[in-house]
Amino acid sequence: MKLNLTKVVNGCRLGKIKNLGKTGDRTMDIPACLLYTKTGSAPHLTHQTLHTIHGVPAMAQLTLSSLAEHHEVLAEYKEGIGKFIGMSESLLYCSLHDPVSPCPAGYVTNKSVSVWGIGGRVEMTASKFMAIQQALQPDWFQCLSDGEASFEEAASIKRARKSVDRSLLFLDNCLRLQEESEVLQKSTIIGVIEGGDVMEERLRSARETAKRPVGGFLLDGFQGNPATLETRLYLLSSVTAELPEDKPRLICGVSRPDEVLECIERGVDIFESFFPYQVTERGCALTFSFDYHPNPEETLLQQNGTQEEIKYVDQTKKIKTTSCNQEMTSFEINLKEKKYQEDFDPLVRGCSCYCCKNHTRAYIHHLLVTNELLAGVLLMMHNFEHYFGFFHSIREALKSDRLAQLKELICRQAS
Amino acid sequence: MAAAVNPTSLESAPRIMRLVAECSRSRARAGELRLPHGPVATPVFMPVGTQATMKGITAEQLDALGCRICLGNTYHLGLRPGPELIQKAHGLHGFMNWPHNLLTDSGGFQMVSLVSLSEVTEEGVRFRSPYDGDETLLSPEKSVEIQNALGSDIIMQLDDVVSSTVTGPRVEEAMYRSIRWLDRCIAAHQQPDKQNLFAIIQGGLDADLRATCLEEMTKRDVPGFAIGGLSGGESKGQFWRMVALSTSRLPKDKPRYLMGVGYATDLVVCVALGCDMFDCVFPTRTARFGSALVPTGNLQLKKKQYEKDFRPIDSNCNCPTCQKHSRAFLHALLHSDNTAALHHLTVHNIAYQLQLMSAVRASIVEKRFPDFVRDFMGTMYGDPTLCPTWATEALASVGITLR
Repeated sequence: MKLNLTKVVNGCRLGKIKNLGKTGDRTMDIPACLLYTKTGSAPHLTHQTLHTIHGVPAMAQLTLSSLAEHHEVLAEYKEGIGKFIGMSESLLYCSLHDPVSPCPAGYVTNKSVSVWGIGGRVEMTASKFMAIQQALQPDWFQCLSDGEASFEEAASIKRARKSVDRSLLFLDNCLRLQEESEVLQKSTIIGVIEGGDVMEERLRSARETAKRPVGGFLLDGFQGNPATLETRLYLLSSVTAELPEDKPRLICGVSRPDEVLECIERGVDIFESFFPYQVTERGCALTFSFDYHPNPEETLLQQNGTQEEIKYVDQTKKIKTTSCNQEMTSFEINLKEKKYQEDFDPLVRGCSCYCCKNHTRAYIHHLLVTNELLAGVLLMMHNFEHYFGFFHSIREALKSDRLAQLKELICRQAS
Repeated sequence: MAAAVNPTSLESAPRIMRLVAECSRSRARAGELRLPHGPVATPVFMPVGTQATMKGITAEQLDALGCRICLGNTYHLGLRPGPELIQKAHGLHGFMNWPHNLLTDSGGFQMVSLVSLSEVTEEGVRFRSPYDGDETLLSPEKSVEIQNALGSDIIMQLDDVVSSTVTGPRVEEAMYRSIRWLDRCIAAHQQPDKQNLFAIIQGGLDADLRATCLEEMTKRDVPGFAIGGLSGGESKGQFWRMVALSTSRLPKDKPRYLMGVGYATDLVVCVALGCDMFDCVFPTRTARFGSALVPTGNLQLKKKQYEKDFRPIDSNCNCPTCQKHSRAFLHALLHSDNTAALHHLTVHNIAYQLQLMSAVRASIVEKRFPDFVRDFMGTMYGDPTLCPTWATEALASVGITLR
């Protein structure tokens, strides 16, 4: 695997990762997002409906929390998780946790980390963890790590230090176990940067992890609400400055468009795409514009349209959802609102997704009101496509030195 | 059962069905319906998409499975989103973006299924809405009016439906009322050239009442007939006898739609008895409970026995689910909260039903339907002697014996 940087502008990296996958012939452009999955499947989507979406990322994210309990089955299956879930054509990255449903704290020890699946807690030592990865055979996987220093409001230096020490120990153990496993030679370990909110520990984690033969780095502990991310952004810059340029930097728990751009400016390459899923679960559709091309007339129309949406949204923004405990953002519209009952426009005019090409806001509204399963399917198709389109525009903007315009456009639409 | 002479239709009555082949032993027929949104091969199973959606699958997926006609429900759509909105959306076809045919039920069945919320008079059925407590009167005229707004290719008369377990004078009252309501529906129908209004034969489990209903309704100038009031709690022995009686008295050159029938065995037997069209929520509903339909019955995929079963649901099935996924994967997915699991099974179960009907039709056209039936029963029950008695009797009544 090789990362070639095309250019770096204001800290933002544009590049291409080559020689990916079991056959070594796949590539991935960065900045990129990963396809979010639950139990090995895009939420609500079958293979058929998933492949109606344009711009599906080359790499999908699997979560160990949803797959660890199926370890025995996969071990017996022998052919790896990709084939088991019907995604042999996709590159696969296995993270520890599901960014949407973070796990309860207090279950990391010096010897083990726990993940939480449908059947309950699965405790993993380094050996067990690697045995599971051996059954999964992903292309990349997040190393076993201690991410709990970032859970607490103001984690003590001691706790931050412990998270770094433990994670390095886990990393060294896993690397050793990987050497002993033929099956795992083709899988790449992603080292995890920990350290809570303590600068010294963050730097230590970055430097030490970078010394190991990992394929890339996961920046853990930056998730939370927009406020907490903002206070951690300065940490982020310092951390990425310590990392080698030629290895990809992933971040977990950050998926909102405005936050994505902030992180790209601080040297992050790869993101999770759970945000469109959360939007779907609250019956909403992404409508934010990422068309940064300066066309005065269009911009005015967009602005007016956006202003209107923002105005209305401010009144209704405090809609909490059941499963995700997230508030609606100004990047989206809520199709449950009565005003969409007779709106025969597509979700987003000009969008080329299956939902916008075939259905209307009125129809989606009806499906939501009647609690029909198809609502989730259609909204997921639209929200994924819209989000993948956003990432495409980031790469295009970087290519043509227009990221500042894109950022300005996104910030204008952020709450 | 003595073969009765099928009545011939009025010369002027519209013919939407073309017979392609008939079984020389049984009453099975293969045909083609000519409907405003394209031809439909019969016998046909019509999946039920009650509220303008086939549950979790898209119109494109349904089309790809070969479905050319499916159902919508007047009672539900009449409440939400309402006929005015649907009319603004260019009818139900436009609203759900379904390019093929639609059949709408009149709302009559809800009289039985929502019996605690309804009251029947000569005027119509008064429903209390479960959503806002509002009262609505569904009269024959209102039902047809809503269905005219929906624009479905086949619309059903409003019938006075009683549960098949009801006996006594109510059954007779409902039968005669259904005839009167048929006439009111015919009179109220604004678009006979665009939408085909079917009559629904009632009469419960009483042969005389049913015979009377058949005699009367076949005098009316409608493009097709449904056999209603069955597929409830009645015994299978009574069920098949009423179906056979009905098909013996219905015109040959018009489609026979047996409402609410969808179990594989029932479909095969009722094709033998002379039915052309079927609908049932069973395949799509059971999918959402994790049950996959197969030629030997069904697989309850949530059960532990499928945890390490790496075979597809059915190795002979052409559906996308079976092409791509194993029982083990579906088992794992069904135990998660990802709704994709349900959609995989919905796709498969619809494919199963449509493939079954296709196979039935091919066997009729190729003049080997009785052999097909024997094979089918053998696969389903393991041995012809294990086939349910009612099915054996029903098949025997039309000349098909299971060795």
